[in-house]
Amino acid sequence: MRELEKKAVEAKDKKASLGPDIDLREFIVDAPGHGSIESPEQLPEADKKRMMLAGVDAGEKDRSGTFIQKDATAIFSRSYVPGLEVLPIKEALDNVEWVKDYYWKLLAVDTDKYTSQAYKELHNGYVIRALPGSSVTFPIQACMYLEHEGLSQNVHNIIIAEEGSELHIITGCATASHVTKGLHVGISEFYVKENAKLSFTMIHNWAENVLVRPRSAGIVEKGGLFLNNYICMKPVKSLQMYPTTRLVGKGAVARFYSLLVGNPGSELDVGGRACLDAEETRAEIISRAITNGGNLIARGELIGRKPGVRGHLECRGLILNGGTIHAIPELIGKEEGVELSHEAAVGKIAQEEILYLMSRGLTEEEAAATIVRGFLSVDIPGLPAVLKAEIDRAVELSQKDMM
Amino acid sequence: MLIIEDLQVKLADKVILKHIDLEIRPGETHILFGPNGSGKTSLLMTIMGYPQYRVTAGKICFKGEDITNRSINDRAAMGIGMSYQRPPSIHGLKTSQMIRLCGKNGMNVEELAEKVNFTSFLERDINVGFSGGEIKRSELLQLMAQDPDLLLFDEPESGVDLENIVLIGNTISELLQRHMKPTGDQTVKEVNKSRTRMGLIITHTGFILDYVSADRGQVLYDGILACKANPVEIFKQIKQQGYEECVRCAN
Repeated sequence: MRELEKKAVEAKDKKASLGPDIDLREFIVDAPGHGSIESPEQLPEADKKRMMLAGVDAGEKDRSGTFIQKDATAIFSRSYVPGLEVLPIKEALDNVEWVKDYYWKLLAVDTDKYTSQAYKELHNGYVIRALPGSSVTFPIQACMYLEHEGLSQNVHNIIIAEEGSELHIITGCATASHVTKGLHVGISEFYVKENAKLSFTMIHNWAENVLVRPRSAGIVEKGGLFLNNYICMKPVKSLQMYPTTRLVGKGAVARFYSLLVGNPGSELDVGGRACLDAEETRAEIISRAITNGGNLIARGELIGRKPGVRGHLECRGLILNGGTIHAIPELIGKEEGVELSHEAAVGKIAQEEILYLMSRGLTEEEAAATIVRGFLSVDIPGLPAVLKAEIDRAVELSQKDMM
Repeated sequence: MLIIEDLQVKLADKVILKHIDLEIRPGETHILFGPNGSGKTSLLMTIMGYPQYRVTAGKICFKGEDITNRSINDRAAMGIGMSYQRPPSIHGLKTSQMIRLCGKNGMNVEELAEKVNFTSFLERDINVGFSGGEIKRSELLQLMAQDPDLLLFDEPESGVDLENIVLIGNTISELLQRHMKPTGDQTVKEVNKSRTRMGLIITHTGFILDYVSADRGQVLYDGILACKANPVEIFKQIKQQGYEECVRCAN
């Protein structure tokens, strides 16, 4: 820990390699605490509503557990099924010996000033673990809620799917509707062990002036599957992330899907990187980006290091109403016999498709909405129906604002 | 009734249809012949209301209303429907969703799809990776759901294998009410008179004539409607003498 401390201090002013620089001094790190609650139903209606938009259900219907953090405080943390552990990371660091084996193991604390801040000024976060062989069929939900004006919310999450387990997580980040300024720094480390299956669906529901700097990394062992879905369709001032997942065991698979909307005034720089480090590993990175006047960068990188590994990258962008989409797909093959491909396209809605739908009786607006909905609907194999429904709902809700 | 009077149409800056007169009465099906590039598809697209086909003279009337300047979706709402030869693919829009968009509430998509042997395609994105024959069946399915009064078919048999041509031919025949059988005290003539659907079918090969009875055939040549006669007769002529003869005959 002393080593981490030293590195964190050294990196406290280190600029990130991507994204506009943020002056951390503009944000406060001391937030007033919140009392814990007995049930998410006790939350104020306004909060519930905001969380609902990010896929977090206060009624906990079809959920196997819930974690809620408001500003700096973990106010609720519970698992309802055997084989699933959920606890606030601060509590875990104090009381659970093994947590240290996963804390800052995939990410370097001196990556940039944000990782440094997340170490030095850690508020809280969660540790979610599925025990070996357990199968958690309903998703566990986690919510990071930013309510305090001007706060830099610093969280660290550790997610572990132990050998042979199956775990589904839906995590929503949202701000209270009155927040005009805030920063969210979120560290996430994902461990998918042998033959485990982890799906992680993140829905962001920020506000116009909120800055977001997630820093995540994942590792997938032999026969493991990591499914990562990211949805950010609401306004946000600046969001930059470029998580890396390493496939280190034979036959490991990772799939990343992101749905992004760049609203006016929003700047999104989002990508995913997969390192195919072991035999027979496969990765797929798929993104759909729409801009409505915002600036959007969609990155993707596949690095193949063993013969016979396969990876595919797909970036599709639609410019609806001004703005910029910059697709940057990168393929790096380091061995003979890697199979990496990419497909990128940026354009507008095809007039031919609009007219086709109009000839079936739809108005021009209905036709455009139908095409956009189709554009954003990506089949995600292996995703439970309840999560698919949450994604569809998020798309539906933001589409109303978009069109 | 569809009435087209002295229609002239430009695509980009080129005149592609000249002095077209055409009348399709309720219950009638017409066949449109013509070589490649003669303007057949353009005529259908103009009737459907595609804005790039600019009407520079004449008019189109449907059900007693001048629809020359009506939008595509207005025309669809009035009861005009089209089966395309090469419709665009729409990613993320499932065929079942498309059928629901076309149709009225309460219809059974599965049941409709069974009629054209298309149930296994319902969860596929519309037209994405469909073969020629699959596109045709999907288009027919959409028209079945849409249930229009005037049906425009752009080469419904092209790219269709022999196994499916019977299915497609019979489905078109049914859609155009050519299949109706006399029941009880009605005579065949009375049944035929009770037809209301109108059809305009483009055919290249003429195969469709084996399955769909038609009232009239027309030849479109170089943007001009040249010949009006019995469709089977016309088709025989074309096979024997080619299109040139039709034009010579008309002039």
